[in-house]
Amino acid sequence: MAEAHPVGFQWVMEAKQRGAKVIHIDPRFTRTSALATTYVPIRAGTDVAFLGGIVRYILENELDFREYVLAYTNAATIVSDDFRDTEDLDGLFSGYDPTTGTYDRTSWQYRGHEEESGGHQTVTERNSAAGLRHESHGAPISGRVMRDETLQHPNCVYQILRRHYARYTPEMVERICGVPRERFEEVARAWTENSRRDRTTMLVYSVGWTQHTVGVQYIRTGAIIQLLLGNIGRPGGGILALRGHASIQGSTDIPTLFNLLPGYLPMPHHAQHATFRDWYTSIQNPGQKGFWANARAFAVNLLKAYWGAAARPENDFCYDYLPRMTGDHGTYQTVFNMIDGKVKGYFLFGQNPAVGSAHGRAQRLGMANLDWLVVRDFFLTESATFWKHSREVETGEIVPERCRTEVFFLPAATHVEKEGSFTQTQRLLQWREKAVDAPGDARSELWFTYHLGRIIRDRLMGSTRPRDRALLELVWDYPTHGPHAEPSAEAVLREINGYDIATRRPLASFTEMKDDGSTLGGCWIYTGVFADGVNQAARRKPGREQSWVAPEWGWAWPANRRLLYNRASADPQGRPWSDRKRYIWWDEESGQWVGEDVPDFEKTKPPGYRAPHDATGVAAIDGIDPFIMQGDGKGWLYAPAGAVDGPLPTHYEPAESPIRNPLYGQQANPVRKLYPRPDNPTNPGPPESHAEVFPYIVTVSRLTEHHTAGGMSRTVRYLAELQPEMFVEVSPELAVERGLTHLGWAHVVTSRSVIEARVVVTDRVAPLRLEGRVVHQIWLPYHFGYEGLVRGEPANDLFGVTLDPNVLIQESKVGTCDVRPGRRPTGPALADLVADYRRRAGLDGHGPPVATADAARPGDDPDPEE
Amino acid sequence: MAESWTAAPANPAERAGYVAPPPRMGFFTDTSLCIGCKACEVACKEWNLIPGSGLDLLGMSYDNTGALTANSWRHVAFVEQSRTAGWQAVPPLAGAPTGAAASPTTAEAGGAASPEQGTLPGVAPAPDPAPAARMAGGGTSLGMPGADLPGRGDRGGRGDLRWLMMSDVCKHCTDAACLDVCPTGALFRTEFGTVVVQEDICNGCGYCIPACPYGVIDQRRGDGRAWKCTLCYDRLRAGRIPACAQACPTDSIQYGELDELRERARVRVERLHAEGVTEARLYGHDPGDGVGGDGAFFLLLDEPEVYGLPPDPVVTTRDLPRMWRRAGIAALAVAAATVAAFVGGSR
Amino acid sequence: MGIRTWIEGWPVYRQLTGTDPLGRGAAARSPRSARLTPRTDTADAVFRSICPYCAVGCGQRVYVSEGRVTQIEGDPDSPISRGRLCPKGAASKSLVTSPLRQQRVLYRRPYATEWEELDLATAMDMIADRVIAARDATWEDVDDQGRPLHRTLGIAALGGATLDNEENYLIKKLFTAMGAIQIENQARI
Repeated sequence: MAEAHPVGFQWVMEAKQRGAKVIHIDPRFTRTSALATTYVPIRAGTDVAFLGGIVRYILENELDFREYVLAYTNAATIVSDDFRDTEDLDGLFSGYDPTTGTYDRTSWQYRGHEEESGGHQTVTERNSAAGLRHESHGAPISGRVMRDETLQHPNCVYQILRRHYARYTPEMVERICGVPRERFEEVARAWTENSRRDRTTMLVYSVGWTQHTVGVQYIRTGAIIQLLLGNIGRPGGGILALRGHASIQGSTDIPTLFNLLPGYLPMPHHAQHATFRDWYTSIQNPGQKGFWANARAFAVNLLKAYWGAAARPENDFCYDYLPRMTGDHGTYQTVFNMIDGKVKGYFLFGQNPAVGSAHGRAQRLGMANLDWLVVRDFFLTESATFWKHSREVETGEIVPERCRTEVFFLPAATHVEKEGSFTQTQRLLQWREKAVDAPGDARSELWFTYHLGRIIRDRLMGSTRPRDRALLELVWDYPTHGPHAEPSAEAVLREINGYDIATRRPLASFTEMKDDGSTLGGCWIYTGVFADGVNQAARRKPGREQSWVAPEWGWAWPANRRLLYNRASADPQGRPWSDRKRYIWWDEESGQWVGEDVPDFEKTKPPGYRAPHDATGVAAIDGIDPFIMQGDGKGWLYAPAGAVDGPLPTHYEPAESPIRNPLYGQQANPVRKLYPRPDNPTNPGPPESHAEVFPYIVTVSRLTEHHTAGGMSRTVRYLAELQPEMFVEVSPELAVERGLTHLGWAHVVTSRSVIEARVVVTDRVAPLRLEGRVVHQIWLPYHFGYEGLVRGEPANDLFGVTLDPNVLIQESKVGTCDVRPGRRPTGPALADLVADYRRRAGLDGHGPPVATADAARPGDDPDPEE
Repeated sequence: MAESWTAAPANPAERAGYVAPPPRMGFFTDTSLCIGCKACEVACKEWNLIPGSGLDLLGMSYDNTGALTANSWRHVAFVEQSRTAGWQAVPPLAGAPTGAAASPTTAEAGGAASPEQGTLPGVAPAPDPAPAARMAGGGTSLGMPGADLPGRGDRGGRGDLRWLMMSDVCKHCTDAACLDVCPTGALFRTEFGTVVVQEDICNGCGYCIPACPYGVIDQRRGDGRAWKCTLCYDRLRAGRIPACAQACPTDSIQYGELDELRERARVRVERLHAEGVTEARLYGHDPGDGVGGDGAFFLLLDEPEVYGLPPDPVVTTRDLPRMWRRAGIAALAVAAATVAAFVGGSR
Repeated sequence: MGIRTWIEGWPVYRQLTGTDPLGRGAAARSPRSARLTPRTDTADAVFRSICPYCAVGCGQRVYVSEGRVTQIEGDPDSPISRGRLCPKGAASKSLVTSPLRQQRVLYRRPYATEWEELDLATAMDMIADRVIAARDATWEDVDDQGRPLHRTLGIAALGGATLDNEENYLIKKLFTAMGAIQIENQARI
């Protein structure tokens, strides 16, 4: 956090000065470690084992916050008798189908609900990264469940959890993670002692956590701990995701993602959502509790925002204009499609996949096989010049004279040259004012998109082809201003907020959205950002002039709530858990929830409210159901739906690991998304042979002085000089073992690529002892590329493409490699070196086995869809 | 002609002729709060429009600035240490393996060595054993401010690691030798008690450079003039905070009235001592030290030398007053002659 | 400037006649030093902004003189950042005023080895033509069971996560209407 989010770290330093203990767990000793009370080195890719050990510690010692757990989580809920755990099936849950490499999740359901799960559609869910939809709400689940309030039933979640983590002992944590058991126990003690009624502990992760084949399950494990200890929905608690880009939260809320529409509405799937009704009922999931019951209104309002007057009830609000998913259309599948010649044109809006995405070679070869590429950025990035300066030009894989891709570079406006809003990591929208005009041809993305749409619509004017109607009927009439006809960002935000169509009165809340077409709104979770016709994101009441929650600075979705699920900050009776931790509570006198923040609960629903048995939707939420977007109103220790790779997080080794999984026969995530192609090899690891060819663990992350792929830092003189060269951090022990000298050169080899870097020998990288053997890790920054003031080789070239099955994010925070002293070979010899490694590793085109548990036979084709 | 020549008032601004000057302003840099982000370096350069420095990887931990120079008026030093201290109650790497152990599987693997490209996987020892031997021998300097190679030194096992960070800056000495030796009046004492080079006066004679006991002031290449921290004199005049202190995310750099900062620092050290951080100490806070105390002083977590600071700085012009008294009359005569020459020779 | 004024302005004169006989303080202050004011105080305007780097969302104040950004520093009003910035945020002025910024449209023809310049309006027209052509060439109306697809897989996009919400909204809206589905973002990476 000190390393990549220094200004956020001021609050940690302040807490530390007031007595908070700061524990930092990281494969490498960073600037955060230097300031932490305790630093714990860990093997990259083993966080579920570590956190699972904490879960076990809590349960074995009964240290959970029992009153919170009973009332607010699904600990007491009884799961289907058909459920089988990884402890029973050697690392697989029940329902695994080795031919598809996915689960039928029927047996994971709550007892009595086995048949309403939609649990058979795992392949589709994986391909459409369906897990992402749950950013704003839980997965569909029925509201009425069987419970055992004594937590004794063998199939209640609490007991299942106990059994599942029983073997995650401190000794096992030490074997898997390389963390000495005393250090582990110190963390477990600190975490549990600083939680419950009068204290809370916060879990902070950076989004390197998401770049694993088990990334979603990492976060799930953290959530289980925080729920067991009563740290969710309470001040000083929670799980803080430190996201790495100014508006990356906004980029999923209002997504430019293939599988989502604004507000986490799913992009329709051709088979599952053939009709409008199929689509919205799949979101509503009739019978469940909570606010998703209004999904039809959210969907109608989006379609009205897109197609205005053309969207009418009788044509299902133009639902058929929406393009349909048939499978995986994610960025990595798309890149492989580019290599295969299936994609004609590619737009890059301020993104530099040649450096920033995994498997840089595949990225660049893909771009070299397009008809045309449009790059919009401040600087000539590596993605703009792949045909000129890339590694593949050096090796002869891309010959400019034979590369047909037409490239348009359009300069972009910076953050001070346009107005608009960013959504930061705590869901807070903050508006920026425009300070100056952009220079030369530089324009905002808003300008580019608006005018591209305008020109295309002009070209198609008069067309009678059905396919063009969605474009021609699109509402595309934003007011413009200035010499360049810049569209009004505020007008767009107004549409995002939504308004009553007849009066154009901005909606104050998504509860005002109608499903009859009389209102429109482009992103229901953002409704309220323009309440009262005021741009709430532009509010700038100084922090020192308001409460510590600072509700009048910017605007947070939903409904300006700063702390989600804050009903849980009060006990079941509605009283603060303790005076020290008061936040939101029930005020009997006024008959409403009051406190520091906007209550994340119906304001006047008393804690004693119990829903009638046949109630659904919002009315079905009991007065003790803080998790109002979950189908059962509870925090999920056990996830019967939502995750495609298991209802409980389980330790799997990374897709590339030098270690055999000590817990199960199943080596790696059996549902991970693979692209088994000759140009996307995976380094071998146990139980296969040849693991010794790539004996070291490689992990990458950021430096304070640089930003992501370097496009906004290697180009800036004052930043470039602070970290002027690509380097690799190695331990003194590994330096001796491999003959590496401080400030000398080394090259790092995987089955995809080889990159060179200067060597930095440091104690901050420590070897680990695992099962009696020493395992070395190396660390690289991923900021470098071939352009800019300072240059170096891109670390992401080292990684292949294997994805988390829930969200289709790549495993690029851990892999295996070899390290050699000296500079890498150049030209064709470079490709020969990598080819020789592949040969010695036995990578003759076959992919690794997906299922290695005895309970499953390996499947040949992991993904039969399409 | 050190400023202690006359019976000195406590505030150097008064000694420098300011009548009822504002309180003396300064920096208290608390290294126990420094996260080494270098925001201070960048904010300083942005505000003062300083030309770029070199683009060299120095290998001094994360320090690629190297030193305070004409083009870096703040400099964050990074010190990696093999020692445990109260700051980290538990040795961060205790229990981790140490020494040159090669993993058995690694050693088994591999093929023949190829000198041009280094080793093939797993072949040990290295093709060129010299570097490894140097490492194993230990004690090779990486340059300042670290002493030992990382991972070396006397210790029982791996388990001890401390990473110190410190943002260095001009000390704005009470007795400032740079100012004493400046023949042009380019260096002057401001009403805030700070020491500033005036870029419109400096002629690049360079006398100030060897005079500085801290090695702070420096000549800019291609420009010739001397440059260093001004404590953002322009911002101070408008009642604003210096750029580095404004940016510092964790309040490691604190700006304010020097008397108040000294008191704050005293309390902070006491508190750290009470928390078991017994190695916390102040540096440059003492008006009785060899430079009359610094306007920019520090809380350190180790000996000053560890951070590349002189342990006992002395104003290099300390002996000048005695010499001056002897030569005083002659000097005044020369000064008068100079006045005459200037007036006579001007437009 | 009269000779008397000139002499009075001369440091040695001030030194000998003023309160600073040693000439190291008030007497040594140059006219430039005496006039110094921070350029933030003389800026034509100051704008409220947000740092474009990580997702902490630090407040920035952007100072502008004569249409140029002259300083960007932390906004002390922000309850998130309290006026502080990291090195990247502190370097924002250098980012937006960088001489390396590409200010003209560049075009690389198929098989070319160099860039050439292109007029922005022409580039926009050419891109629109290509979008329409790619869409037509790869259009899919229905699947093999006659269910609607209404899409093209011939056009893809990847956006950075420093785009504004409003920009993402328009991108998604336009490309969805176009039938392009492979619209992705750093958020996937």
